[in-house]
Amino acid sequence: MPDKTTNILIVGVGGQGTLLTSRIIAQVAVQMGYDVKVSEVHGMAQRGGSVVSQVRYGNKIYSPIIKKGDADIILAFEKVESARWLDFLKPDGMVIINNERVNPLPVLSGKVKYPDQIHEKVAACLKDTVMVDATDIASQCGNPKAANVVLVGMLCKAIGLPEEEVEKAIRDIVPAKAIQVNLLAFKKGCELMAG
Amino acid sequence: MKQLMIGNQAIARGAYEAGATVATAYPGTPSTEIVSSFAEYEGVYAEWAPNEKVAMEVGAGASIAGARTLVAMKHVGVNVAADPLYTLAYTGVNGGLVIVSADDPGMHSSQNEQDNRGYGRFAKLIVIEPSDSQEALDFTKAAFELSEEFDTPVMLRVTTRLSHSQTMVEIGEPQAFKLKEYVKNPAKYVMLPAYARGRHVEVEKKFLRLREYAETTPLNRIEWGNKSLGIITSGVAYQYVKEALPEVSVLKLGMTNPVPQKLITDFAGQVDRLVIVEELEPVIEEQVKSWGIKAEGKNIFSLLGEYNSELIAERLAHVPLPTGFGLEGDVPARPPLLCAGCPHRGVFHTLKKMKLTVMGDIGCYTLGALSPLDGMDACICMGASIGSALGMEKARGPEQAKKTVAVIGDSTFVHSGITALIDVVYNQGHTTVLILDNDTTAMTGHQDHPATGKTITRQATRKLDLLALVKAIGVEHVQVVDPLQLNDLESSLQEALNRQEPSVIIAKRPCVLLHPVTLASRYYVDDELCTGCKSCIKLGCTGVSFDDENKKAIINPGCTACGLCPQVCKFNAIKKMEV
Repeated sequence: MPDKTTNILIVGVGGQGTLLTSRIIAQVAVQMGYDVKVSEVHGMAQRGGSVVSQVRYGNKIYSPIIKKGDADIILAFEKVESARWLDFLKPDGMVIINNERVNPLPVLSGKVKYPDQIHEKVAACLKDTVMVDATDIASQCGNPKAANVVLVGMLCKAIGLPEEEVEKAIRDIVPAKAIQVNLLAFKKGCELMAG
Repeated sequence: MKQLMIGNQAIARGAYEAGATVATAYPGTPSTEIVSSFAEYEGVYAEWAPNEKVAMEVGAGASIAGARTLVAMKHVGVNVAADPLYTLAYTGVNGGLVIVSADDPGMHSSQNEQDNRGYGRFAKLIVIEPSDSQEALDFTKAAFELSEEFDTPVMLRVTTRLSHSQTMVEIGEPQAFKLKEYVKNPAKYVMLPAYARGRHVEVEKKFLRLREYAETTPLNRIEWGNKSLGIITSGVAYQYVKEALPEVSVLKLGMTNPVPQKLITDFAGQVDRLVIVEELEPVIEEQVKSWGIKAEGKNIFSLLGEYNSELIAERLAHVPLPTGFGLEGDVPARPPLLCAGCPHRGVFHTLKKMKLTVMGDIGCYTLGALSPLDGMDACICMGASIGSALGMEKARGPEQAKKTVAVIGDSTFVHSGITALIDVVYNQGHTTVLILDNDTTAMTGHQDHPATGKTITRQATRKLDLLALVKAIGVEHVQVVDPLQLNDLESSLQEALNRQEPSVIIAKRPCVLLHPVTLASRYYVDDELCTGCKSCIKLGCTGVSFDDENKKAIINPGCTACGLCPQVCKFNAIKKMEV
């Protein structure tokens, strides 16, 4: 087992399913025999606020939260959230962004504009940025809510997690009636990154 | 095999393994999952109490009756429960009594960030602080043993980062715990002054014994490393220290009240520099300094918020903080907001329209304070809305009552609004109270309460009838309205405000998240009619937004067809279509 800690930040808007996603990734790491810590957000921010779940795994993990500048990869369920949390990424880290826009309250109330070309600005900072229409792909698989598992598929290929371990975790964690859709969405995500 | 558990689940598991059979709580982030997890075990009793004081009293009775008992609450809940708690330190226990205080440094979901280790010193309780889920399980078991050995309630103090972090746990077998015998003993349990004086002597005696015990308890441990820097720390801060400075010497305190004077003095004597790393208040630091030991702490680290490992590395090892990518300026804030279709939205829209002074309360509806609804003047603590509305009226005269409302949720009203409403009636206020009855405790994740008619395990029970309760208190003018019918709501409010008597309006509609909407109809914006006036946008709903290019409103996919925005559109531009 390589003596390296992997830090994954999953960011989005409360209600988008960051908790479930972090639990799938963490379960994979447990199956692979790593020490794992996950930090979650419950409570008020879950009501449409900016939320972050943090997954860390390796031989020995102390802090449950990722240091600024120390995340290997950010999974962003919403475009502007990728920029909000970008400072947590390593300089050579990677961002996978769902091409989804959810207007925050100051934008809804017309006080500020949703930033233009946020994806391009994020991409300009980094070597590796991928944006994908995960919600559309998930819809094609049968349920737009499986968008987060499309991103998990991409993550799986990006950091080299064994596909069968992820599939096992999805079967264990996702509610029974959603398993098939999620497995399909996961496959699509893997293919996107592999292709 | 090891498994992942959040700290709260691990506490529940620890209580179960220790043979606890009674657990009680009022939901509150970050403590909620402790008792809801415990309720899933076979052969135990778990409940949602109406508030933390009642929970503490149920816990007291169960302990006196001989059961190992778990009582859980968020940090501010301990304030509500403080009255029985302080005196329980005098009576002591029969079955072990463990009180979990889940503190919230950084105020992720709270109105203050008080450090409840202070209760330990003030009430003379044992305080135990785990630093991950495994310790949460192990320390909970240890806490029950200590509670019985020292005849005192034990406070297990955790923080959000422990409660809501998953870490690896090795579970054990549940231990058979036989209910202890109950023997009537008024001198121990009846806190008349004469008996209480005797018990205070016992409290001080056991504290002397506890100070001795603290020196040798396995809950405290030294991890020797480089002796040029020694750190004393507790709770999750220990993890940040180990992450940032793996080579230094660490005294990890698992028991933070009482603290071990001799152990700390010896540790301090062996290191060149002593730094105390504790989130929030300098609870350990002040005691250490009072013994004449040279130590640093709050001169380096903040009294505010959470710590992290990069902060510790920067302050103690001069590792510069990463500079980042400089995109912060492009990112709009994203505060939490009321959900699309939330029944509270129409209420705050109406209160703003009527230019009322709003004394608010704790729950999802506190979000009505934010722009564009701007619908709240004050929010202090659970249940404060009604009393503070009465106070405002008494200070400024009856005219103030005509433009003031108290706004309180159903669960919060049951928690601590009832007695304030009694005050309004008793002292002849003219206060108008809006009870936002969404049939759940929504903010903490949809827990049941007495007025939902369901127990913690979703069993049917006698449902508290809010309408009958309010009438029984003596409020004669009570109306039930649908908060999504804006005209009805406004006219009911106006009528109530004009009355020279107390009024209650129950705005009744279930939380939109409880019953997923199956859309029989959808709304759309007729571009011909939309003038771009943004009246609908001022509802602050994710279901409707403004197209800057087209200068028209648009309905978003997240719309739940609650029907609010068509009611505020003066141009009938938002139209319904059947699906």
